[in-house]
Amino acid sequence: MLALLALHLGLALAVPFAAPRLGPRVFLLAAAAPAATAGWAATRAGDVLDGRPVTSSTAWVPGLGLTLDLRLDPLGLLMVTLVSGVGTLVFLYCAGYFSAGQRGLGRFAGVLTGFSGAMLGLVLADDLLLLYVFWELTSVTSWLLIGFDDESPQSRRAAQQALLVTTLGGLVMLLGLLLLAQEAGTASLSGILADPPRGPTVAIALVLVLVGAFTKSAQVPFHPWLPAAMAAPTPVSAYLHAAAMVKAGVYLVARLAPAFAVVAPWRPLVLTVGLATMLVGGWRALRQSDLKRLLAFGTVSQLGFLMVLLGAGTPEAALAGATLLLAHGLFKSTLFLAVGVIDHETGTRDLRELSGLGRRLPVLAAVATLAALSMAGVPPLLGFVAKEAAYEAFLHGGPGGAVVFAGLFLGSVLTAAYSARFVWGAFASKPSCVATPAHTPSPGFVAPVVVLGASGLVLGLLPGLADPLVQAYAASYPLEAGRELEHLALWHGLTAALGWSALTLAAGAGLFLLREPVRRGQRGASRVLSAVDADRAYDLSLSWLDRAAQRSTAVVQSGSLPVYLGTVLLTLVVLTGGALVGGTSISGDLQLWDRPLQAVVAVVVAAAAVATARAHRRFTAVLLVGAVGYGVAVLFVLQGGPDLALTQFLVETLTLVLFVFVLRRLPSSFPRSTPRRSQLVRAGVATAVGAVVAAGVLVAGQARTAPPASQDYLDRALPEGGGSNVVNVVLVDFRGFDTLGEITVLVVAALGIATLVPAGRRRPQEQSR
Amino acid sequence: MTTSERADPSRSVVLETAVRLVFHTVLVFGVYLLFAGHNQPGGGFVGGLVAGCAFVLRYAVTGREGIGRAVPVDPVLPLGAGLLLAGVTGAAAWLLDGQFLESGKVELDLPVLGVVKATSALPFDTGVFLVVVGLVLLVLRTLGAEAEQ
Repeated sequence: MLALLALHLGLALAVPFAAPRLGPRVFLLAAAAPAATAGWAATRAGDVLDGRPVTSSTAWVPGLGLTLDLRLDPLGLLMVTLVSGVGTLVFLYCAGYFSAGQRGLGRFAGVLTGFSGAMLGLVLADDLLLLYVFWELTSVTSWLLIGFDDESPQSRRAAQQALLVTTLGGLVMLLGLLLLAQEAGTASLSGILADPPRGPTVAIALVLVLVGAFTKSAQVPFHPWLPAAMAAPTPVSAYLHAAAMVKAGVYLVARLAPAFAVVAPWRPLVLTVGLATMLVGGWRALRQSDLKRLLAFGTVSQLGFLMVLLGAGTPEAALAGATLLLAHGLFKSTLFLAVGVIDHETGTRDLRELSGLGRRLPVLAAVATLAALSMAGVPPLLGFVAKEAAYEAFLHGGPGGAVVFAGLFLGSVLTAAYSARFVWGAFASKPSCVATPAHTPSPGFVAPVVVLGASGLVLGLLPGLADPLVQAYAASYPLEAGRELEHLALWHGLTAALGWSALTLAAGAGLFLLREPVRRGQRGASRVLSAVDADRAYDLSLSWLDRAAQRSTAVVQSGSLPVYLGTVLLTLVVLTGGALVGGTSISGDLQLWDRPLQAVVAVVVAAAAVATARAHRRFTAVLLVGAVGYGVAVLFVLQGGPDLALTQFLVETLTLVLFVFVLRRLPSSFPRSTPRRSQLVRAGVATAVGAVVAAGVLVAGQARTAPPASQDYLDRALPEGGGSNVVNVVLVDFRGFDTLGEITVLVVAALGIATLVPAGRRRPQEQSR
Repeated sequence: MTTSERADPSRSVVLETAVRLVFHTVLVFGVYLLFAGHNQPGGGFVGGLVAGCAFVLRYAVTGREGIGRAVPVDPVLPLGAGLLLAGVTGAAAWLLDGQFLESGKVELDLPVLGVVKATSALPFDTGVFLVVVGLVLLVLRTLGAEAEQ
């Protein structure tokens, strides 16, 4: 499994270099990665469905207990089918979609391959942290893909919105995952599911994880990023926003539900959010005139549906959910790709302008209609099988009872209506507009769409093909003895669910036929509802964040050197001084000096310091500061520290020179008009710092409780470090890591000087006095 | 722009001659400190500072152009090379199954020079030396350019 991930990564890095030579055919090369994955998954399917998951474990960071644990179980297999199976077809489609002269093609192909790999890792990961890493990788790659047209402000905004919303959710989810791992004592996903922890902390953790899942799967109120993401090229919409990325949240819910659906906040939260999403998405889809946006809101709606089914936490609902997951991946990618073909061949995807395409593109029209019928839940397609199973699961007292069922029913009516609207809008001949001219797409371009659309029909006619897969997932729920799950079937007999299905279709058709009154009603309602616009809320929160950042920066970064310095020094005084006040004492027997010469030097240093503060000319002050430094260096010599003294002398010399450079640009004297009060404040701060540091040195010198480290260093320097200068051995050996860090700091500082100083020179009016 | 060797009122013959006399000596002294540092006072940091002082002296006489002639490379080069050298020295310990930055030493009996002891601390310290020299050169170039305007 790791090899497959490596293959994705390798191809993702390689295809950008192959793109200039191959043009759009580079996607055929990139398709090798998902195709290999799909093939591999097919060979393992038998084992997995028989209850023998494929696992692999590779050490990653042993010190932190991080391992690359991968696991392919029935749910994983279902997701791999979507991610890699549908993925392969989308890659093939890309080869026909893009033209040879497309800007940034290589980058796009690379990122798409990388995304495919990240998504694969996400569904295979058996470790919470690994899952999180892949989760965020999909966010980042989808950001790049949505923002593919980087010259359009609209697509940049959409990309940013998707990134901000999904990573915000991702971070919240990370907290939840960490809490969960903490409570369970393991980060292994299968371990946690096998022995789920319980308690109030777990409840909090689950809510946090759900927030992550909701943002990723575009649930209300986080949904606006998904329709906005339609700025991406159509294959991206088909892949990320139908088959793969948005399914990540649903996947996580499906993964955790068997173990955690019974925990208190889970069901109410998932069912409420899911139903609201289903209804809002369906309602908005009915109003769109851009085919892609129609499908996008339809996706939002279906994701809500999936959330309800997979999060409900009953085996029946899970069975229906898994089936819908598969069906949705197939029909929604078909529809998106079909829109891509329409857009490609006619140059528009506005359903008010399209007319008569059914005659011009008969194959495409047939396939897309099949997919739309599957979406609406018409027999004999897989979508019907899934919806039938869903109704069955909630008709007989599923969680939430009649309310949830009513919501699902309403949502499905809306779905049927917008499905009809899609087919009508894309392919019908409308009397109001002229037939749209269209090129004939090449067979290779349409073939992936046909395969995807037809598989929905095949699986609908032969539900037994998909049955083992979804049954195996539903089996992750404990089932009471004597109860058996129904198998997927087209015909269950004359059941209540069948009646409700028929009613759904009838109501949906009615809603479509009455589209003019419905449209007027929606326009009226949207005027009332416009106060609660989630997209506006996103904009408002962003501008609020901007303002808050601006204000806090204005306060924190005042640009005044005295204020910065004062803050640093006062912090020192308060923290150190506070610690000193807390019950330390200085014993009486202090030795004033070891040698009288030290006293002399100390007097000189103190005098120089006082003179510095009183100096009027800058040059004098700099020289006096130098004198203080040299005096301290002399003290080091007297104490027997030649290395330290040497360093101090040299640093002092260099600093002096640098000061002179800067002084040449400053007036020769300090400004005379410093107010009295500010002088007093400065003197006060300085005195306090001096007093605290002096007291701190005295206390620290007497407070030793552990044996000094120096003796140990002295003993080990020659035998272990191979040098008799202990100071140097400490620097380059015992504390070598610190030194490495320090020279890194030096390099960073040097780069700062090299870039900031010339930058300041370009704006002379902003230079300091 | 610069105080070059043309007739210039700010030029001091005494200073120039003195700097010419001591420049190489100070430079060599810095390198000596680097090598001696493991057993006597000195080390890469101090050695680098001394070598830096040599450049500062030269700068005082010849300005930026003189420094450019003495060290005809971008100061970023020693900075990066030094950091790289120190890092690589640390990582080299991995190849010998050691911890990062674990030190090793070899003793060689060379003709003429006698027994020479070399530790892995020397390349590491050389890295430090280069970083410090690079920093001084960079500061001279940028702040010096600032001051000369």
